[in-house]
Amino acid sequence: MGGSGQARFVRLGETGRARIAVTVDGESIEALEGDSLLVAILTARGRLRRSEFGPEARSGFCLMAACQDCWVWTADGHRLRACDTPVRAGLSLVTEQPDMSWPIPV
Amino acid sequence: MADPRIVIVGAGPAGIRAAGALVAAGLRPILLDEGQRDGGQIYRRQPEGFTRTPEQLYGTEAARAVALHESFERLKPQIAYHPRHLVWNVADGVVHTISEGKPGQFAYDALIIAAGATDRLLPVKGWQHAGVYSLGGAQIALKAQACAIGRRVVFLGTGPLLQLVALQYHKAGAGVVALLDTSPFRRQVMALPKLAARPGMLVKGLRLVGGLMASGMAIHRGVTPVEIHGEAEAGVTGVSVRLASGRIRRFDCDAVGLGYHLRPEAQLADLARCAFTFDPKTRQYWPEIDAEGRSSVPGVYLAGDGVRTQGADGAEISGALAACAVLADLGRAVPEAERAALRARARIMERFREGIAEAYPWPAHLAADLPDEAILCRCEGITVGEVREAATGKGADEVNRAKALTRVGMGRCQGRYCGHAGAEIVAAASGVPLEAVGRLRGQAPVKPLAISAGESQP
Repeated sequence: MGGSGQARFVRLGETGRARIAVTVDGESIEALEGDSLLVAILTARGRLRRSEFGPEARSGFCLMAACQDCWVWTADGHRLRACDTPVRAGLSLVTEQPDMSWPIPV
Repeated sequence: MADPRIVIVGAGPAGIRAAGALVAAGLRPILLDEGQRDGGQIYRRQPEGFTRTPEQLYGTEAARAVALHESFERLKPQIAYHPRHLVWNVADGVVHTISEGKPGQFAYDALIIAAGATDRLLPVKGWQHAGVYSLGGAQIALKAQACAIGRRVVFLGTGPLLQLVALQYHKAGAGVVALLDTSPFRRQVMALPKLAARPGMLVKGLRLVGGLMASGMAIHRGVTPVEIHGEAEAGVTGVSVRLASGRIRRFDCDAVGLGYHLRPEAQLADLARCAFTFDPKTRQYWPEIDAEGRSSVPGVYLAGDGVRTQGADGAEISGALAACAVLADLGRAVPEAERAALRARARIMERFREGIAEAYPWPAHLAADLPDEAILCRCEGITVGEVREAATGKGADEVNRAKALTRVGMGRCQGRYCGHAGAEIVAAASGVPLEAVGRLRGQAPVKPLAISAGESQP
């Protein structure tokens, strides 16, 4: 899917780490081992998600697990906080909450 | 007699020094920390596999950071360390945790809460746009992940972190457009007598300012934020401020680091039923403590930036002091000479903290002056005008009432980033002193949990 724009974050170093692939909204992106999910996504795209309460794109805010603005989901509905979850090879993420069915997974 | 059960929350400078002092006294504390690694935020450790030196990461504080990390490595086998454990409630002598979906409980005889601080935020019209980060967040992007939050960054707000992060970005090769400080330069001059309580730190601060002047970035002090410009999809496109001269100036950028010093993460102290008191100088409620960090509740001790924003050095001292208080209250031997020295240093840290608060004051009038259409709650898009209307039209002249009527403080961040400004807006709109509009009560869980966490058993 498009609409995610130019990468938001700029890598300033530590680029010699191993490259790993993750999938975000069906699109494959390249991350580096040791990246947080937030960094993996924002070095590839301009936003992390959309606000549920306004028109604007969101890209996280505090990066220290306090604001909860950076939730993303695994394809099977597990919620992850992107700023303090390390990236893993093969992870498949969606940036919109998947439809819920009971029982709600954790 | 069995050894007392001592639980420490937070593995930053305060928590680590508290643990060290307890281990030195022959005890084995339990250390619970939400982070992946020890160090807290200020001495946050980069992930395994990163290669930058401590000097690159921590600058002038490299030696202190390394000393703390090394102390922790030595302590690790002698304590019960539980990383990735969120403490989400404290009730009836039990700390409740969750770790990777699994709940846990830790009963305690003594509890040291060293939960740290988060950025103190004040909304600017447009702060909800993608690309606006807290200053602490901007620093973490660099320190923990070697990234800049954008190509052209504006730093806006006030406080020591504003200048530090701007210079760290510049040194790391990031594009810094401007440093825009709401505090006028004369405030920093007036605070010099108190800042001189720590001459070494004052010299570091002056060098920092010198480094900023030499960097070539635009620096303006005494500014009034007007608007963060942006587009729904592209995010931030610029920042407008009124300069001290009265002229409005726009700075084009694609990222903003925003913050007004720090606020304590005091929700756990609140849940433990510690008494709070209003500090008129910083215009916030914080937990009451004695000279060694005892709260109003027997057996509950508070240390570090989670109770008073003294910074990392002050946090180390207050953590060690809180451990002394625990030992004394449990009837254990206390290293008295060290305790006296710590208390003397703690007084110096407190004087310096007051100096910093005076040099970079919380600009309360900016909250009161926000336009109605500005978003106050960035979690749920609630405007300043909605809160004013609740205060004036519906008689919500107390913050918890305003929260019930407008949901401000009920969103994902649970009031961390809108709470202080919201209180100022309610106070100004209803003509009630800030002290009287109160503070958002801490609620368990202190961070959102997955729904089934409370149901499953460990």
